[in-house]
Amino acid sequence: MFNVIATISEVASTKATFGFSVIVQHALTGISVGGCYALIAIGYTLVYGILRLINFAHGDIFMVAGYFMIFSFAVMPFPLAIIVTLVATTVLGILIEKFAYSPLRNAPRMSVMISAIGVSYLLQNLATYLFTALPKAYPAIPGLKQVIKIGNISTSLVTILTPIITILLVMLLLWLVNKTKIGMAMRAVSRDYEAASLMGIKLNKTISFTFAIGSVLAAVGSILYFTDRMTVFPYSGSLPGLKCFVAAVFGGIGSIPGALVGGFFIGICETIIKAAGLSTFSDAFTFIVLIVMLLIRPTGLFGEKNIDKV
Amino acid sequence: MKNINFKSRMNIDLLIYLAIIVVSAVILVFLDMNKFEYNYSISIIEKSLVYAVVALSMNIVTGFTGLFSLGQAGFMALGAYTTAILTIPAAARPNVYYMNGILPALENAVVPIPIALILGGVVAAAFALIIGIPVLKLKSDYLAIATLGFSEIIRAVIASPMMDKITNGSYGLKSIPGFKSSLECFAFSLVCIILMILIINSSTGRDFKAVREDEIAARSVGINIFKTKQLSFIVSSFFTGVGGGLLAMFMRSIDSKTFQITLTYDILLIVVLGGIGSITGSIVGAFFVTAGKEILRFFDEPLVVAGVEIPLFKPGFRMVIFSILLMVVVLFFRKGLLGGKELSINGLKKFSRKKDEVSVGGVA
Repeated sequence: MFNVIATISEVASTKATFGFSVIVQHALTGISVGGCYALIAIGYTLVYGILRLINFAHGDIFMVAGYFMIFSFAVMPFPLAIIVTLVATTVLGILIEKFAYSPLRNAPRMSVMISAIGVSYLLQNLATYLFTALPKAYPAIPGLKQVIKIGNISTSLVTILTPIITILLVMLLLWLVNKTKIGMAMRAVSRDYEAASLMGIKLNKTISFTFAIGSVLAAVGSILYFTDRMTVFPYSGSLPGLKCFVAAVFGGIGSIPGALVGGFFIGICETIIKAAGLSTFSDAFTFIVLIVMLLIRPTGLFGEKNIDKV
Repeated sequence: MKNINFKSRMNIDLLIYLAIIVVSAVILVFLDMNKFEYNYSISIIEKSLVYAVVALSMNIVTGFTGLFSLGQAGFMALGAYTTAILTIPAAARPNVYYMNGILPALENAVVPIPIALILGGVVAAAFALIIGIPVLKLKSDYLAIATLGFSEIIRAVIASPMMDKITNGSYGLKSIPGFKSSLECFAFSLVCIILMILIINSSTGRDFKAVREDEIAARSVGINIFKTKQLSFIVSSFFTGVGGGLLAMFMRSIDSKTFQITLTYDILLIVVLGGIGSITGSIVGAFFVTAGKEILRFFDEPLVVAGVEIPLFKPGFRMVIFSILLMVVVLFFRKGLLGGKELSINGLKKFSRKKDEVSVGGVA
């Protein structure tokens, strides 16, 4: 491990002759990827906060949202296609919860987790079956790929737009969770499942709502992410999904600002590692972050202290 | 019924198992003699045997100790690469490492296959020892994702350019000597499976189960929880490593992409279908899933009935069927096909006779 770190710093120092514009360029890319990660990480954090379940299928919901966009874009104008994608993804998220997780409410945690892995496996195989394993081209939403030049730096609109949209959505979500009635219900359920239902909070409705929010955000993230990458394939959700879970753990599971910070952190670090020419390690790095975080501060940056998870 | 004592029951079971082994061996010898005719069946059997070893080793940690570990693919990779590096014939090596050359120390490092397999297991076990210290302190889902993370890290390190001279980086390894006959594969897997069964039924195995059932109760009767978890993790990883080595011998060429998360999921599928915490479940599950995947291959080919192409049949259909099967088992038969029970003659008899006596609870 130390060897690896030594080589990383070596490579980094040899490439230290980055121009200012190159650094800004990488920083922009990092922030943009980080924004997408943050949107997905919120889905993990909300679901884990309420069900104490790593929703392994969340990354695949994100992937399926990509396919929804491809197919709806082909038949309708893009504003409508975006709406259809968001709605379809939300319905998918709610259905998954209804069929795969809610029957297992009182089962051991391992069963629920296996069920989540099963859903992920099913979505991946279904996508391979329906759309083949070959990458499909993601439609270019008019205007989003437009190149913007500021001095030496050239970037596309989506790169700048992503962090802005992310932060706006997070603010909206924070308002929803902290100020509205359903948000209060979500907080109550995540604090104490049984007590909340005794107080007359409808458990299933709240959980469905949580999945709906997670899925909408995943769909928005998916549109922004795939506009930048330009292709979707059945496994394109699995690794980003795991990374975003790590982002959620990093920020403190259950905490929305935590997921935001975690998403940006993972996205930026990953871009730096790739820029340093170590792309083989960019995925491994995420998991190193996870393990280090679990050892040093298992509750994450903003996590609550008293959750029994480690 | 009641006058048959425990010991003679065990002996009857043992005899039956011996008979099954002998019959399987005879069948394999027959298949080996007609190798060209039964090539396909032989390869299915070999693959099932390898998967049975890995599934059972996953069951030790997941089913018998209650630790949900998703690091299988990583440990298999360690075992597979160790075995491959130590068994590729020296003459073939320049050809395998044609891009980057080979580490001089490894140029002629060839050992007999059984030793290479054991070393593969030892390497995996050693990693499990190191990884286990931080990871086994975590609970349920955190343990799962941390082990999964380690498996990805192992894969990244294997594929990295810095390991080029050892693992051949992203080019992978080929020319790995395969099984000389299916009997050889059978023998290796059988030894692994028997050793694992002996461990599960030993006092150590009972410690594992005690930890699974109730950690506090286990601690109060003097079981060192952490040591037990660690031991289970190491034992499981050892056999996973050996299983990885067997997989390398079966496939004859490996690269880091072989050991992705999907491999772990494939094994999990076997363990869950067979029944978490069931030895025979894992073994039967391995054969059921592996053979099933091959037999259902026709689902992946376009089917034309009376000139009309049936639209459902196209590549990927059988995996969809398997995923649905997995979901059905998880949702409706939560304990898998066999649950925590074992297939045995006594069990079958008891099943047909219904529960009119206090169950002996298997061998354990």
